[in-house]
Amino acid sequence: MSTVQQNISLTGEPPKSLNGTQKIATFIGLFGLVVLALAGFNVNFPNKGLWLTIALLSITAGIILFAKGAYAQKQEGIKNDGVWFKSISSRGFVAWIAGILLTSFYIVLYFFPQFLGLNSEGSNTGVIALFDPLSRLLSGNPASQWFVYGTLYTIAIFAFGVKFIWKYRHNRYERIRTISVMVFQTAFAFLIPEFMARLNSDSFNLPYYDLKNIWPLNYYNFEQYRVDSFISSGSVGVGLLIFGVVSIFVITPILTYKYGKRWYCSWVCGCGGLAETAGDSFRQLSDKSMNAWKVERWVIHSVLVFVVVMTTAVISTYLGYDSTKYWLTKDVFLIGVGVFLTLLFAGIWYFKKEELQKDARYGAIGYLVIVISLIAMHYATGKTLFLFEAETLRKTYGFLIGSIFSGVIGTGFYPILGSRVWCRMGCPMAAILGMQQRLFSKFRITTNGGQCISCGNCSTYCEMGIDVRAYAQKGENIVRSSCVGCGICSAVCPRGVLKLENGPLEGRIESKDVLLGNDVDLMNYVSKN
Amino acid sequence: MEHIVIIGNGISGVTAARHIRKLSDKKITIISAETDHFFSRTALMYIYMGHMKYEHTKPYEDYFWKKNRIELRRGFVEKVHTDKKEVQFSDNTTLAYDKLIIAAGSKSNKFGWPGQDLNGVQGLYSKQDLDALEQNAPNNKICKRAVIVGGGLIGIEFAEMLSTRNIPVTFLVRENSFWNGVLPKGESELLNRHIKSHHIDLRLSTNLKEILSDDNEKVRAVVIEETGEELPCDVVGLTAGVTPNIDFLKDSGIELGRGVKVNRFLETNVDSVYAIGDCAEQHEPIGNRRPIEAVWYTGRMMGETLAQTICGNKLEYKPGHWFNSAKFFDIEYQTYGWVFSERSKKDTEAHFHWKHPDDKKCITIAYHKDSKLFLGINTFGIRMRHEVFDRWLSEKRGLDYVIEHLPEANFDPEFYRSFEKDILKAFHSETEVTAH
Repeated sequence: MSTVQQNISLTGEPPKSLNGTQKIATFIGLFGLVVLALAGFNVNFPNKGLWLTIALLSITAGIILFAKGAYAQKQEGIKNDGVWFKSISSRGFVAWIAGILLTSFYIVLYFFPQFLGLNSEGSNTGVIALFDPLSRLLSGNPASQWFVYGTLYTIAIFAFGVKFIWKYRHNRYERIRTISVMVFQTAFAFLIPEFMARLNSDSFNLPYYDLKNIWPLNYYNFEQYRVDSFISSGSVGVGLLIFGVVSIFVITPILTYKYGKRWYCSWVCGCGGLAETAGDSFRQLSDKSMNAWKVERWVIHSVLVFVVVMTTAVISTYLGYDSTKYWLTKDVFLIGVGVFLTLLFAGIWYFKKEELQKDARYGAIGYLVIVISLIAMHYATGKTLFLFEAETLRKTYGFLIGSIFSGVIGTGFYPILGSRVWCRMGCPMAAILGMQQRLFSKFRITTNGGQCISCGNCSTYCEMGIDVRAYAQKGENIVRSSCVGCGICSAVCPRGVLKLENGPLEGRIESKDVLLGNDVDLMNYVSKN
Repeated sequence: MEHIVIIGNGISGVTAARHIRKLSDKKITIISAETDHFFSRTALMYIYMGHMKYEHTKPYEDYFWKKNRIELRRGFVEKVHTDKKEVQFSDNTTLAYDKLIIAAGSKSNKFGWPGQDLNGVQGLYSKQDLDALEQNAPNNKICKRAVIVGGGLIGIEFAEMLSTRNIPVTFLVRENSFWNGVLPKGESELLNRHIKSHHIDLRLSTNLKEILSDDNEKVRAVVIEETGEELPCDVVGLTAGVTPNIDFLKDSGIELGRGVKVNRFLETNVDSVYAIGDCAEQHEPIGNRRPIEAVWYTGRMMGETLAQTICGNKLEYKPGHWFNSAKFFDIEYQTYGWVFSERSKKDTEAHFHWKHPDDKKCITIAYHKDSKLFLGINTFGIRMRHEVFDRWLSEKRGLDYVIEHLPEANFDPEFYRSFEKDILKAFHSETEVTAH
């Protein structure tokens, strides 16, 4: 009895139809994309700087004008009219086309950059050549496929960020949060690394470093070539290397304790930034079923174990055996990792065992045993660490997780699987932050007593696939490791039931005074069961 | 094993079933003529507006019922034979029960207007009503104008729904200001302006006289009582309240008033037959409450209470402090305790009213004129904490205390601008004036 009609035309009826402004905006934006596509098919534009400017400005202007057409005439408030009628946002025909195009783009980007015009010998051609003028302006070097990607990525976060702010202009939390991701992307991910490249010389050679991109999301941060460059760049380089270690072991736990993982996932991170802006139209597509949640827990923690094993193997390959040369030898490192993981496990087990589900306990024990026995086997047999060559592990991780999962599936499938598939199912950084958020953080989403009417807007618009309603209708606070704190559940709630906040650890999950409006005697009986 | 049969799969019946399952191993069957599975009635509007699909309005995944051994039966109960302890379906099959819970909900009021049964005239309560609306008003070509009759919560939601498809709406309200039988003047007038700002043709102090038909028994126009004006339209929404859905209980021996008469234990006059939710009518109103409360929350509370009784822990229905909420287009509304409108309040109830210059936020605090006891609060465009007001009401706080401690009750998202200082200032300047 579905009343949703799939319609691929840009017309149709309100609220799914496009108005005049939106049609013009679509045309302007598509024009910019066509220029890039033509360059991709080796049309040689005479004045590359000018045509690049025209293309990028058209895309940006198109998106922003589209937002104006969509929201400027309307009053402040929730703007989800027709979301499930529009083909693009309800897995219709347009969504599949967009998904296929995006996925193809990622495959070419990761595996066939020569089709974009990257030439091993000689200068760039194609669309990469079109970006040369901008790259030279910023870093002084010719563009690469990653520069093209980074530029488009930044434009997407900026322009769709403006759209998001327009859409949620009544909501100050959303406005400030979106400005934050726009600034972090533009400054830290895009401009600063390019400027840093300008400082490089023969004696000073910093690797490309997006400072907010923290290991293990940035899984290659401690690879030999990067560590060598850091160390060779004097105190600045060593400082950056130390910053990389401190980021994950000191800064991250403190901020996550105080604010939950949202400080990173929906305020700073680039993957999150794209999901919150360009991906906003697809947030409702995430799978809310119990099954999806089960898969999520196993997959994301497996990726985390994979990245820990891989990084340990990679680092141990370039460490020496002689402690007189440098204190950090292979043995010190490997045993250190083993001790650290064991202590971490023991700590969680001792303090938080009651809060772990059965499968979480099995998983934690299983994975600890595997990692420790791999290290033990290495010492017992003297064979290659972790059964595989470190290089094999690194390449496999880079291919399967770094490229396929985070790029091709994570972003390419936005219009089909929703905007946060990577963040929810794959990101090892999110796994670490989530574990802490669930067990040791002041953050929670508070449920406002008995006001929930079980309408389902919160669950529908949760990009992480959390069934928010399941908690809200019981009067229970929401403390889930996957919650990135985007705040949309609270925004779309028609009854003012949800509030993201940081508060005391005590009574954080099950508020003691379960309050659904009944008299206290009954509540005692109900909460007993 | 005792067989509990529940008529109605709305919030009341489903809550009762869930709690009975938590407390016992009894056999449970839920009957519904409306849908296969429980869905949130309050979310129907969002399906029409495209915010959600029907699937999203189901609070439990479909496997939930089997897993919890709650049997679901799709069918329309035509009669209840209390002597034989069985219900009879419209296809003449029967189902025996040991205990029967009637949670059949409401139906839209019709006040005998001429033409009220024409095609295109409908209420907005059930899933079937939603499906009918999708037929009657899929777009603004088939439905060039809609007229809504009755200025309450469903009426304004109906208007919002139609306006998302750019269908012009005329909204006929009997009162001289929207919902002013419930809301104090300042709030009601704020909503009048907000409704109009959404391009709704709001007609106050206006009654429906009759609905006119075309040649095919379909609505063509409505006639307005006061002016005799004939308004062409393709859909008429009847939203003048709801009434208990109990026609099938005539001749069952169960005592009926407007609803199914129940005592404080939610028991009817017939042994082993109970009624909860919209269709239950208390013999005596509880406190300031109405004898029939067609509200989501009270349905849920009755379900929880009755489950205790049925599972051997006989419990009175004792709702706590009154609360409710709604959303009027873009303006959220919450209420805690009792704030009565000018039309219905007692002489001893006084109000402090504050309104933000943007005309989208306001609060009204009700207090006892002499003792200054805090009675309740209405809040528009500012979210407040249920828990805090519930506590203040129990602690019998005074007006001054509540005004001074308002920041504790704020539930707006982080970084929102707060208005407690403005409210406090307004309060002080007002009390100074009255002191002189």
